Amino acid sequence: MKNILFIEDESALQRTIGDILKSKDYRVIKALDGESGLRSAKEERPDLILLDLILPRMDGFKVLKGLKTNEETKNIPVIILTNLEETEDIQKALELGATTYLVKSSYTLEEVVKKIEKALEE
Amino acid sequence: MIRKKIYDQLNIRAQCRKYGLPLWQCPQFLFVLMGIVIMIIIIVSFLIASRQIEDPQLVVLIVLFLSAVLIVIDYIIMHSFEKLAEVARAKMEFISVITHHLRSPITNIKYSLEALTSEELTEKDQEEYFRILRENTERTGDLINNILTVSRISLGTFKLRKEMISMANLVEETILGFKPLLGASNMTLEFEKEKGLPKIFSDPFCLKEVFRNLLDNAIRYQKNKGDIKLALRRQGKNIYFEISDSGVGIPEEDQKYIFQKFFRAKNALRYQTIGTGLGLYIVKEIITKMKGKVNFKSKENKGTTFWFTLPIK
Repeated sequence: MKNILFIEDESALQRTIGDILKSKDYRVIKALDGESGLRSAKEERPDLILLDLILPRMDGFKVLKGLKTNEETKNIPVIILTNLEETEDIQKALELGATTYLVKSSYTLEEVVKKIEKALEE
Repeated sequence: MIRKKIYDQLNIRAQCRKYGLPLWQCPQFLFVLMGIVIMIIIIVSFLIASRQIEDPQLVVLIVLFLSAVLIVIDYIIMHSFEKLAEVARAKMEFISVITHHLRSPITNIKYSLEALTSEELTEKDQEEYFRILRENTERTGDLINNILTVSRISLGTFKLRKEMISMANLVEETILGFKPLLGASNMTLEFEKEKGLPKIFSDPFCLKEVFRNLLDNAIRYQKNKGDIKLALRRQGKNIYFEISDSGVGIPEEDQKYIFQKFFRAKNALRYQTIGTGLGLYIVKEIITKMKGKVNFKSKENKGTTFWFTLPIK
């Protein structure tokens, strides 16, 4: 069973996306802010990380930088799942080493899951 | 500092980019252009005048005086242009911030609906999804109310619809609306009201918006399990309302900006990513419009007390 760390402060999204992933037999680890997300990543070494960008305590860019500069976590694929869609933000995230960048409101739940499955296969 | 400021003012290209305007519509560029035109006019008039008048000193004085007047007028024009551009920029920023804030609850609604229709769910799951739907629909509604109020304030069409109301009832109704959120966050809430308070002639919808924003802040910026205390009493010719929390507080350096539109304290961003920075701006505008006063006392990590007074008559 593959582990997915989901760093997202909106509990509603934790619920909807978390549930559908569980129904597809993934183990979902929740983190509600940036700091605890980064900590969980180091402790749990998930197979994939879903990361929001606007987060309390530590924003998603900092989390991403922290993940990619740490030997133990730098090879874990990171999917950015956010509502920020400025080109600068997308570029910044991809430069920092994100695998995919998804704007929440432009995808359905089913499409988000497909992107996650694809990233896990690669 | 000053040198940088002067340099920034002179860097016309950068100034124009800030407003996203083409060169020909950009006030700074127009200002320089007008300056050049004026200088040409001055030289030409000087050349003409020097052939016509015997006394060249007088000509110099006249020309100097005229050019000074022209520059002043020019400056005024530029300044008003600059203001207009600033207003337009602020409006664009407002729209972009607002749409961003609307996106999150709408995404939640969209995903919950999708989950409700596509998965085989237990009754408990269904209930949970309906709860998410309700909560996010309310969030969208509240946000739209706030946007409408702010746009009415800035358009100057914000009007009070006054009637005789009991403040205590309004506070109680507002608290009732927050019961689910209060229950979920394990907080205690006390409301202490003086007996026999007179009714006041005011706008119940606006006042409810004030109470809702203040109470929402007190709950959202709470630390762990906190207490919220509300008080309503008579104070001379005014009604006095107070709401205290034991939450994260407002850092001293942020206190002077707290009533500004879109401003959010640094520590607020650490604890809650949902806020828009509109609530307290609305509170201040409404209470001021009602000829009342609003202010607060706050200490970081200790808590905040907001209070306002409204005239009884």
